[in-house]
Amino acid sequence: MRLASPFLLLGLLLAVCFTLATTIQPRTPAWSDRGKSGDVLKLLLGDGRRMFANHFFEQADISFHSGYYPSIFERREPAGKSPMAGGADAHEAHDEAAHEKEMAFLGQPRDWIERFGRHFRVTEHTHLAQGQEREILPWLRLSAELDPQRVDTYTVAAYWLRERLGRVKEAEDFLREGQRNNPESCEILFELGRLYRDSRHDSGRARNVWQLALRKWTEQESGKPKPNLYQLEQIAVNLARVEEQAGQFERAIGLLELGKKASPNPAPLQAQIEELKAKVAAAATSPKVPAN
Amino acid sequence: MNNVMAISGIVVKELYRRKDFYVLFVLTALITLLLGSVSFFNDAKIVRYLKEVCLLLIWISSLVIAIGTAARQIPAERESRTIFPLLAKPVTRGQFIMGKFLGCWLACGVALAVFYLFFGVVSESRGGRNASSAELSSAAATVGTEAANQVDDHDHAGDGIEHHDEHAVLGHRSVVMNYVQALWLHWMMLGVVTAMVLLGSVVLSAPSVSVTISFIGIVGILLLGEHLNKVALRQPQPLQAILYTGYFLIPHLEWFDIRDRVIYDQPPIPFADGGLATLYAIAYTGLFLFLTWFVFRRKALTL
Repeated sequence: MRLASPFLLLGLLLAVCFTLATTIQPRTPAWSDRGKSGDVLKLLLGDGRRMFANHFFEQADISFHSGYYPSIFERREPAGKSPMAGGADAHEAHDEAAHEKEMAFLGQPRDWIERFGRHFRVTEHTHLAQGQEREILPWLRLSAELDPQRVDTYTVAAYWLRERLGRVKEAEDFLREGQRNNPESCEILFELGRLYRDSRHDSGRARNVWQLALRKWTEQESGKPKPNLYQLEQIAVNLARVEEQAGQFERAIGLLELGKKASPNPAPLQAQIEELKAKVAAAATSPKVPAN
Repeated sequence: MNNVMAISGIVVKELYRRKDFYVLFVLTALITLLLGSVSFFNDAKIVRYLKEVCLLLIWISSLVIAIGTAARQIPAERESRTIFPLLAKPVTRGQFIMGKFLGCWLACGVALAVFYLFFGVVSESRGGRNASSAELSSAAATVGTEAANQVDDHDHAGDGIEHHDEHAVLGHRSVVMNYVQALWLHWMMLGVVTAMVLLGSVVLSAPSVSVTISFIGIVGILLLGEHLNKVALRQPQPLQAILYTGYFLIPHLEWFDIRDRVIYDQPPIPFADGGLATLYAIAYTGLFLFLTWFVFRRKALTL
């Protein structure tokens, strides 16, 4: 048999490849949505990338503790909320002593190997401070890239960006990105509201965002057997403050009543309600200035 | 000694003729520089993630170089039959083993020096220890003192945590010392690894088997070695005794991994502890080399 010219064979193969490519290419998008993404991580790892998101979120916490962190063999119980998982109110309310106890995981060395080995690892419990918190940000960014539906990543990163690093624009951009990926999240809306109130000093916008957050909470959580009452309290109380500042005392009282129902410690809220009711009563009984 | 040095010289030359080191170095440099060019939230001062990734790559590369180089030394000489003229020089089998070990270890040392030099340059060019001493010490003091006030004495006395504020104060000299200590301990650890792999290469049938088993064993020790006692205590007897014996027998390579201290700007380790760790590494290296010689001295040289 006489062989055809190699150039002819090459031409034939190229024509076959081109024909197959034009035939198959339009069908491939239906096979998987992986290729649609411009995201390299999504393209490479697919949905498996979400498995690693938690690891990087934890890596941010390790970085926040400068490497002093329990391994899976040293955890006595599931880790509590780390101070890294901020939120100003949560952060203030955080029980430092409880956290310190939780982080005292090393205990007495069991043998000479363990005792000697501690000279080579980080054994001092510290938190990043004074701008060094920036070191946790790459891990949070990576975590968000890997799992865009992980709401905590956006709220935690935004908290540190805004509160400690003074990067309000970056915090807002990141929260907006989180909102695009999680349009139903009341946590992101709540954090966005705090950004508008505390950093932008725009109470009107904060009120709008928190009203939306309250609506989202009602839609998603009210029907659940164990709703996130902490979140409800946070939204209701902060929204009440804004309404009060705007002179909307009746609405503020209503919101504080809602917050009281959700709060584990309703007494201070009740005191605030009484105070507001007194203000309303005082406003009603005060003589009106006749209009000229 | 001349024989040992001659054999080791050949091994070192072999490393820089082969492409392994260059490929791994270029790969490490490329990934590190690529990550260094990424901007997170428009903040150019972030550096620790870069140090973390770069050091991880250096550790992986060094293990690949050490295991890959050591595992093929003796089998390659036997396969190509160059071992016969070598041992007829006369070179004793002990000198042969020692020469091969020394060559591999020195080659690893040269490679490590290049890797750590690159790491130092990258890290310092990004601000290196941007956590200033004052910042770190204040953070340490805050957590330390608040905790000390709040946690009851009993719990605190038993936690084994060192609260030395003065340790948080780092000078530039300490940073350099940290790098030098990390390099030194890393090299010492590679000595143990090289000796272990040489033993594996005379016991196991093929270099591929030796590489695979060595890699699994060494990574296993690095990840789990320090926790084996905790795992053992949760097991019933006699498994507990077996695991605990294993815990005391294995070389604790994880001691030599002080990456966290470098990444998080911790103070250098005391010289006495570094010296003891060095002695520990020398003892285990000696043990593995002796075992290698013991197995190899009566082994047939033909395959």
